[in-house]
Amino acid sequence: MPKLTDFITTKKSTWCAGCGNFGIWAAIKQTFVELNIEPHQAVNIFDIGCNGNGCNWFRCYGFHSLHGRVLPVAVGIKLANPKLKVMAISGDGGALGEGGNHFMHTCRTNVDMTYIIHNNQLYSLTTGQMSPESAQGMKTKSTPQGNPLVQLNHLQIAISAGATFVARAYAFDMQELTRILKAAIEHKGFSIVDILQPCVTLNLINTSSWYTDHMKKLDDTWDPANKEKAIQISGSWDKGIPVGIIYKEERPTLEDSYSLNTKEPLTQQVHAYDVRELLKEFA
Amino acid sequence: MNIFTWKIGGAAGDGQQVAGSLFAKACNQEGLYTYGYSEFPSAIRGGHVAFGVSVAERPIHALYHDVYLLIALNEETVQLHTEEMAKGGIIIYDSGKVTAQAIEVAKKKKIEVCAISLAELIKENGLRPIVTNIIALGASFGILEYDVNVVYTMLDKVFGAKSPEVRDMNRIAIDAGFNYVKKNYLGKKLFFKLNEIQASKEKVILNSNNGVALGAVASGCRAYIAYPMSPATTILHSVAEWAKKTGMVVYQPEDEIAAVHAMIGAMYAGTRAMTGTSGGGFALMTEAVTLSAITETPAVIAVSSRPGPSTGLPTWTEQGDLRFVVHCGHGDFLRVVLAPSDPQSAFEQTALAFNLAEKYQIPVFILIDKYLSEGYKSFDNFKTEVKIERGKMLTQEELLKMKEYNRYKLTKDGVSARSLPGMQNGLHLTNSDEHDEYGFTIEGWTPEMRVAQVDKRAAKLPAILKDLPKPEIYGEKFAKIAVLGWGSTRGPMLEAIQTFENIKYVHIPVVWPIDQKAIEKAIGSAKKLVIMENNPTGQFAELLRGITGITPAKLILKYSGRQFWPEEIVEMIKKIK
Ligand SMILES: Cc1ncc(C[n+]2csc(CCOP(=O)(O)OP(=O)(O)O)c2C)c(N)n1
Ligand code: SF4
Repeated sequence: MPKLTDFITTKKSTWCAGCGNFGIWAAIKQTFVELNIEPHQAVNIFDIGCNGNGCNWFRCYGFHSLHGRVLPVAVGIKLANPKLKVMAISGDGGALGEGGNHFMHTCRTNVDMTYIIHNNQLYSLTTGQMSPESAQGMKTKSTPQGNPLVQLNHLQIAISAGATFVARAYAFDMQELTRILKAAIEHKGFSIVDILQPCVTLNLINTSSWYTDHMKKLDDTWDPANKEKAIQISGSWDKGIPVGIIYKEERPTLEDSYSLNTKEPLTQQVHAYDVRELLKEFA
Repeated sequence: MNIFTWKIGGAAGDGQQVAGSLFAKACNQEGLYTYGYSEFPSAIRGGHVAFGVSVAERPIHALYHDVYLLIALNEETVQLHTEEMAKGGIIIYDSGKVTAQAIEVAKKKKIEVCAISLAELIKENGLRPIVTNIIALGASFGILEYDVNVVYTMLDKVFGAKSPEVRDMNRIAIDAGFNYVKKNYLGKKLFFKLNEIQASKEKVILNSNNGVALGAVASGCRAYIAYPMSPATTILHSVAEWAKKTGMVVYQPEDEIAAVHAMIGAMYAGTRAMTGTSGGGFALMTEAVTLSAITETPAVIAVSSRPGPSTGLPTWTEQGDLRFVVHCGHGDFLRVVLAPSDPQSAFEQTALAFNLAEKYQIPVFILIDKYLSEGYKSFDNFKTEVKIERGKMLTQEELLKMKEYNRYKLTKDGVSARSLPGMQNGLHLTNSDEHDEYGFTIEGWTPEMRVAQVDKRAAKLPAILKDLPKPEIYGEKFAKIAVLGWGSTRGPMLEAIQTFENIKYVHIPVVWPIDQKAIEKAIGSAKKLVIMENNPTGQFAELLRGITGITPAKLILKYSGRQFWPEEIVEMIKKIK
């Protein structure tokens, strides 16, 4: 059985005191412990951003990739070795700005992995520019006159594009976040958990109390199998940000399409192959 | 030069490629060697498409310019290719498609012409228009007075077992063209005859994309992840077609950026993976090359060039991406750029690319171009053996015995052993940030570690150089004039050099890193160095001068989208004093 401390490295965090990333980090570790996932079984692919800096204090097989590129790296890892527990971790900037195209298309693959978005509605590591999740009109360092763009409804896109598990949680609701992360990891297919993450230093609008005021928990009557309703509700923001498991369906995964789960992983298949039979095609 | 060249031209979709391939196969059936090449626009229908085949009694490495027998399925063929006709050449043209005026022009140049109404022959023989190209093929063999039974044997081989009906239909079509020409054009003779020779009839014909694809399968590449772009696309097609047999995962993601990152992810996990594209697609991949470099994750990328910049000439050829591939990516790091020059070397260098990528944990490129990707060469004996070298990879047992494992341990040879995700006691951080021996970000407050890691990565170079194939020397070893080329120029050069007794050709199979000693040795005592490249500025010459100071006396450059013709190289060399 892994312990919480197994997931800690010797490196100290460089996150600001009170940052929402701490909550997310604690919940991921708790989830791994509860699901009995050992550090060496977990591959976490981190983006570039405040969130991704966490790769230094998260003990696991870590891959600190390029900005916006966590998903394709994760897909490659998963295809090569489906036995690994693969989790991609990104900020809203990396996930939806630089990585927007990968986001949409990875939903279509239904690759069996979990995608965690630290959504602080800002580019933080670069000291606070607008992100695809910043509200229209929001004043940031790159939009001192106000953000001219509307906020992206990425969960709506995710469901439409074919993600099979779409949830939202709050960084400082440890219990609920852990419950959702567990469900996401146990889900067979592409699971997205969008986590509302207060950035205490740079986002002075979407603060803890702002989120507390605006979140609307989905209650027990919510049916995550209802796609139409899920698309509808995932688009709402100002009148209550839906929090909980918004959508869930079962569908064959990318690995299933290649029958990878019934064979030894590609990592075990590297040796010389005789191609004389194939060469006959050129006779 | 005892070379015969046949060419067929028509509208896109008329089946020139099929006719060309069957023509070559029929020649192979008499032991003859062939080199085929297709010229086409970037469109599925409409536009002009030609396919040429040069035939020789010894292995042939390039398509020749001078055409002896031209099959014109449309008017444009006459307009565009009459210029290529050799003295004593013949044009067979479809009288239903080609106007009298066009033919007059050809006649004025003293080229013999034979009219044939393909539509009428289709009707008379109860055939379908789909075999129009095959009737034209039959007519070609008629003019050549080729043994029609040899053509039948070829058809048996190609179609017989799989689809006898198709074979029979093609036979009727061959007969229709063959007999028509025999009856009506008995007097039209080519000075050239294709005679049976003492050589294997069991040849294979393949292009360098096929070579890369076969090389990938043979070397245990288990995932090919790519986005289509000419002229690299047919690598993707081949491995996809074979996937059922080979078990390779062939995946086309949303774009080249995803393709290259997924390839790197798969390599990191511990399998062998590869991607392939052309210059434009590769432009999107360059950030990932740097990811491979700093994380020391093996990467194998095939780039088949076409003339740029931008969309350029999508279906033509150029060696214009050399500088880009050699220099792409921010930062300063090691890479290897292999430059195969035919299907066999494409096969071998693909296998080598995987070994180098894994042994040295670096990005490795296979740089070819459209002339190679679509150049169909015949082989008696295509070698398919590969040697797999994966470098320092730790087993689970070895890891468990280790007190402390560091993925980026500073070693003398610069290579540190890999653990793979999932293994116990092998945890590390694969980090795009500069890192310490575990992989932790160093942020720059330990500049010694930065220097140590840069030096460690660079320390691999001497061993890499030892593993690379050396320059090849052809022709007169002690010649005063040395012509130097790389990649696809080797084919036409090997043909051209046969005309000379006092020329040496130095072929560079690896364009980066540059092995100064080996190149100096290969140039040897030559007084005059000529560098021949299929690009506008002499990109290899520039690299060579930068690294070694070696400066050519003359550059021979071509950048029209066409490859070098052996004949024009001969003329260019003759002018060198
Ligand atoms: C290709 C590229 N472009 C830009 C950057 C600079 N950059 C680093 S992090 C970042 C955005 C961070 O925002 P987000 O992904 O939301 O993460 P956060 O810092 O808010 O956690 C940017 C633009 C980069 N590293 N790479
Ligand atoms: S800047 Fe914001 S997101 Fe970054 S560590 Fe500080 S609080 Fe967290």
